[in-house]
Formats: sequence, C-alpha cells, structure tokens
Amino acid sequence: MVDVLRYRDDEPVADPAVTVDSFAEQSNAAAVRIEPGDDARDLLPHLEQLRLVEVNFPAFTDGRGYSAARILREAGYAGELRAVGDVLLDQLGHMRRCGFDAFAPDKPIEAADAEVAFNRWPEVYQATGDGRQPIWAKRHG
Amino acid sequence: MKILTGNDLKTGAVVWWTGYDWSIHVEDAVDVDGEADAIAAREEGARRVNGPYAIDAQREDNGGVRPAHIKDRIRALGPTVRPDLTLKPADPNAGNWVI
Amino acid sequence: MYKYDQYDQAMVDTRVAEFRDQTQRRLEGKLSEDQFKPLRLQNGLYLQLHAYMLRVAVPYGTLSSAQMHMLADIADKYDRGYGHFTTRQNIQYNWIKLEDAPDILADLATVEMHAIQTSGNCIRNISSDQFAGAAADEIADPRPYAELLRQWSSFHPEFLALPRKFKIAVIASQTDRAAMKLHDIGIRIVKNEAGELGAAFYVGGGMGRTPMIAPCIKEFVPLDQLITYSEACLRVYNRYGRRDNKYKARIKILVHELGKDEYTRQVEEEFAHLQTQGIEPPLAELERIKAHFADPAFEAAASDDLDLSDPGFALWVERNCVAHKQPGYIIANISLKPVGGIPGDASAEQIHLMADLAKAYSFDELRVTHAQNIVLPHVKKADLHALWQKLDAAGLGTANLDTVEDIIACPGLDYCSLANARSIPVAQKISQRFAETGKTETLGELKLKISGCINACGHHHAGHIGILGVDRKGVENYQLLLGGCEGDDTSLGQITGPGFDEDGIVGAVETATNVYLANRQDGERFLDTYRRIGMAPFKEALYG
Repeated sequence: MVDVLRYRDDEPVADPAVTVDSFAEQSNAAAVRIEPGDDARDLLPHLEQLRLVEVNFPAFTDGRGYSAARILREAGYAGELRAVGDVLLDQLGHMRRCGFDAFAPDKPIEAADAEVAFNRWPEVYQATGDGRQPIWAKRHG
Repeated sequence: MKILTGNDLKTGAVVWWTGYDWSIHVEDAVDVDGEADAIAAREEGARRVNGPYAIDAQREDNGGVRPAHIKDRIRALGPTVRPDLTLKPADPNAGNWVI
Repeated sequence: MYKYDQYDQAMVDTRVAEFRDQTQRRLEGKLSEDQFKPLRLQNGLYLQLHAYMLRVAVPYGTLSSAQMHMLADIADKYDRGYGHFTTRQNIQYNWIKLEDAPDILADLATVEMHAIQTSGNCIRNISSDQFAGAAADEIADPRPYAELLRQWSSFHPEFLALPRKFKIAVIASQTDRAAMKLHDIGIRIVKNEAGELGAAFYVGGGMGRTPMIAPCIKEFVPLDQLITYSEACLRVYNRYGRRDNKYKARIKILVHELGKDEYTRQVEEEFAHLQTQGIEPPLAELERIKAHFADPAFEAAASDDLDLSDPGFALWVERNCVAHKQPGYIIANISLKPVGGIPGDASAEQIHLMADLAKAYSFDELRVTHAQNIVLPHVKKADLHALWQKLDAAGLGTANLDTVEDIIACPGLDYCSLANARSIPVAQKISQRFAETGKTETLGELKLKISGCINACGHHHAGHIGILGVDRKGVENYQLLLGGCEGDDTSLGQITGPGFDEDGIVGAVETATNVYLANRQDGERFLDTYRRIGMAPFKEALYG
C-alpha cells in the first residue's frame, strides 16, 4: 500500500483502476490506469463516468504522462488525476502544473516536502490550464 | 590488472582506488580483480566517489600504472592540449604516455 | 538587448535556490546519482573526463559587456582561467566542483544569466543568427521571437522529460547563418504577400548519427500563434517520439518514420485543439520584448570611409568584417582560432578585453557564433582600426574567418566523456599546416568541422570538409567527409573512404584542397568545385 498525497476534497474512489484496454471492453468502470504508451484521448468519450485516472510513470524520465494529464484536463476531466509509480519530489511541481492532483509515489514523499515543492515557483511562464496566471498575463493584465 | 576509477563526488576530480582510499594519481591504483563491484558499491554508497568503474591496466616497468584505453590515460594525465593543466605540467613529454 | 523584469529575475533566482537544494540533497545522499543526473543536466552540469563541466546559456548568442565580464570572473574564480565557446553559442567551463555550482549560478543570476536547460532531455537554449539586429539582409531582428520562445520553453512542465534533447534555432534573414535546417525545429521569420511577418517551421533536422535536413512543415504561422504551434510540435513529439532506443529518440526519427505529411497532420490536429486553450501570449508581449531590441543610437552621419593602407588591417577587414545595415557601421568578427590554438577557447583576460572593447566600440554588445567566434555587432567604421590594433595586441586579431583555419572543433577526447578521439590536436595541426604553407588565403572560404564522436557536436556533417574521430580498436582514427554545408543549400557530407591516423588526416585534408586547387574554375569555392566534379577525383587522389 502506497501513501497517496491527495489534494482534493471529494471522497477517494475505492475501485481498482482498470487498464485502458479492459476499460474499452467493460466501460462501466470509474477508475482507469494509463500506461505511457496509451492514448489518453481514447478516454475522452467516457470522461463523465470517470472519477479516477491513474497515470503510471514506470520511470521518472519518461514524460509522456505529462501530456496525457494535460490532454485530459484540457478536455474538461474534473475527476482525480493521480500520478503513480516513479514519482519523485523534484517532479511534483511540474506534475501539478499539468493537472495532477494526487500522487502515489513508489517511495513515500513527506507531505511537508511536497508542500515546499508545490510552493517552489512563485511565478510561471506558461499557461497550462492549472489556474495559475502566467507571467505574460500579469505583464499585460 | 584491473583497477577502479571514478570521479570525486564533490570536486569531480578523477580518482583511483588505492586499496584503502582514493588518489588522484593513477600510479597509486591497486589491482581490484574480483572485488571491483563490492568496492564500487560501498564507496558510491558512502558518497566518496561518483560513477566508479573498473578498467584494464598494466603495471609499468617504472612502477607506474597504464590504463589500457586512451580515454582513461587522458583522464589520468589531463587534457593533452593543455600540458599546463595536467598532473605533470613540468614534463614536456608527458603527453606521449597517453598516445 | 533584453532586460529582465522582476518576473524574469524571480525565475532565475528561484532556479538557483532550487538547484542549491538539489545539490545539497545529492551531497547528503537523499538523491541518488540516477535521480540527480537529469536535474544537474538541466542546469548545464555534466560529469566529464576530468571534472564537472558547466555549460552556461547565452540566449540567442547575445551578451552585454557586464555579462561577458562575469563569464571571465567565473573562469578565474571557479575554474582555471578560461572558457570554451561552443557550437550552440554557449560557453562551458571544464573544471567545476559540484559544491561550487550553486554559487556560480547565483553569480550568473546577478547579471541576468543562467545555465537553465543547457543540457538534458528538454528544450535547450535557443540559438539564432549571430548578426541579428545588424545584418544588412535581415527582414526583422529574430531575437524577440527567440526570447518569446525562451520564456515559453523555460521550465515548461510538460516538456522536461522529452524522449531526447530538443534544439530550436530562429533566423530572420535571407542567409541562414545558424544552420537552421539542422535543428529539431528551425524557425525562419518570413513576410507573406500581404507584407505581414510570420514564421516558417522546419521540423526534424539534426546531426548526430543519423543526420537529416529538416523539411518545412508549415510555411506561415502567424506571429500570434507562434507559441501554440510550437507547443503542438512538441506535444506530438513528447507523446510519440521513440523512447525504446536512445539513438532513435530525436524528433528527426519521428518525422522520418511517420513521414513529414503524417507528422504535419498530427501537429495540425493538436494545433487546432490547442488554439482553444488560451496558451498564446498576447501580441503585446511580443511588442514588449521587441522594444528591448531597438537599434542602438547609431550616429546618423557616420562616415563609410575606411583607411586600408595598413595591410594587416586591410586583410582583417576583408576576412573578418561584414556589411552592417547602418551606413558608417560594420560587423567585426573576432576569431577565436589563432593558428595552432584551441578552437573556441578564450582566457579570462581575453574575455575581459572583449567585454571592454564591446563597451567602447559596439554599444555594449557581443555575440557568440556557432562557429565558436565572437562578434562585435555594431562598430563604427571610424573606430575600426583602433579596435583591430587592440585585438591584435591581445592575440585576437587573427584574420581567418571562414577559412580553413577557422575550424569548428568539439572538445573531443581531451575533455569529453563521450568522445572516441581527440579533435583539438587535429584542428591545431591542420591550421598550422595551412598557415605554414601559406595556402589559407588561396583557398578562400572553406569550412572545416571536426567531431570527436558520432554525436557531431563539431558539425562534421555540415563541413565543406568534415572530420569524424572514431575509435578503431583503442586507437584514434579519423574519417574524412566532403561536401557538407549548412545554410540555405544545406547538404550532408559524404565519407571519402577508409579513415586516417592523426598525421594522415592532416595530409588527407591537404590532398583534398590540392584537388580543389587543380580543378577550380573562376570564383569557385571548395564546395562549389566539389559539387561540380563530385567525389571521384578526390577519392582518386586520396586512395588511388
């Protein structure tokens, strides 16, 4: 059992996440897990029923999950978006910016350390849909 | 012989395993045949060295140690194009040892 | 020049604090080397043959005097009194201590500099035309677009773990001086028929072990969609670039395997989607940046006269100076290729001097070129002789730009842990050979480029004459390539045949130039003759 850092107010989903393939077959599941090779856009027709999407990072150096997260959020997915696997302290802030709001790292991360990571960057250059105002917007606000 | 080398974690300096410590001089290197992996794991774990690896080398007649590959000979001496920055700045022929 | 506002400064200051924390955790053992390595690389810190190496970003190759002085100070304070200017318009230091790296970044931040994303699998420092803002043939200054892209690409959270490194070049002139088509993305600012500026996107070029020339995937992206289109290009790459094989992970392989049309289709689809996401900065932001790149206060009536009675000066002007868009001014190139010297190296003293000269003679501005030289972009012709005398006295007045002595060379096996053979000694011997035989001038423009391994940091594929160092059973060996070229008529060099040893390659280069001299017709450069007569006569002379 891994410790989950969760930044949502709703109740966590108890169901185990199914693979994208099996989700396609029995699409009443509320939780699904995306592997790096999966196309997050396959889930877009079913966002209404999904309450948890896990995005697996088998290695922290494989950044496909960042795009998967943004694609889901850009399509309006509002449920829990959880990064699982080789999730490390130094990547937490970037993951949060791409739309993740829960983290289940293989090796537990202290909540206090995570808080420092999230607060590391007082400003951001890009609009990523995470609600933060980019620097260019502040300059021309 | 097999010798063990790596870089000092803090300074990045090229270092060679002497049997009990790390030296910047390749001539201090000792044969680590059979023990290389254990020493490397222990020393890396203790953060005394970065990226240790074992290489083939030869003991020279003058007591020196000559790594088998040119890359490690350049590591042992320093850049051949800046003799002043090598470990043997006073020896004009030091670069010949590398080739 | 671009000046940071409080936001830009906050970003680099935060980065210093972040890296100080990461370094501390590495030294305490809280981060393993595997975890730390991508973090240090994204701050330009490598572990090389002799020590850590720090690569400092020089965005689009532009520097102020104060920044240049800081580069010299760092060489003295933390390194061994010199730096190496690179083919990506950056500077690197070869003898850095890990424990000093955060302090160096802090020093750099005081002059609005950093080492952000100068390595690692992310969008690297953006390169540009070294004559930007000064060239007579440009339709716009490309640097505002490069700066807009710099900010977008810095710490872009989606693109910090790409399949592989990602290099962008931006140009805005007829002549491509930045090898734009040999980048992951090359952007050329162009004018459409209505006279509006936009960006042509060339995607999927690169050197390395599979050199490719980037095809144009979009002829005109309006300026208010530049970031959105770039993001679409990157997202398709991040999702589908190969991650199973490091050597096939660059975007050029993706574009090649999908085909240009299919890659373009996917980008267009992503682009259409991203246009709904509000990620594009307003044009006002581009205008704000452009204001920083306004022309310096040129003297309106500056004289175009040059007294060329001093033959040494006259040669330097002919070889190293280039027409300026402003009457009475000229672009002066400082060669970092003294005969027998180390290409791209400069001592702290020389760096300080160039900074002083930029302040005195070039409106406080310098440029770094991808050919590893320095440019003073805005010199009044009336000051040129005085400038040259000062350069010459400091060993910086070598008149050999774009000649066979102006060799691009990677650090090679003298410094680099990836190299298979040394590059610098070969460069030194070649420049000495041609200087001694006095053939340099006769040969005219001849771009010679040397890489010490297949990664091609020395751009050997793009040299009129290219040299690739390989490891042949533990012995350095050098392959010869002919016919490469960067720029508008980009072509990739072809290997002549079996390789040569270190002395042999020097002779082989000389043989190739003799074939050229024997065959050239009026006004032909080496490259022109090669293209006309082909490889056969060269092979015959080399191996026949």
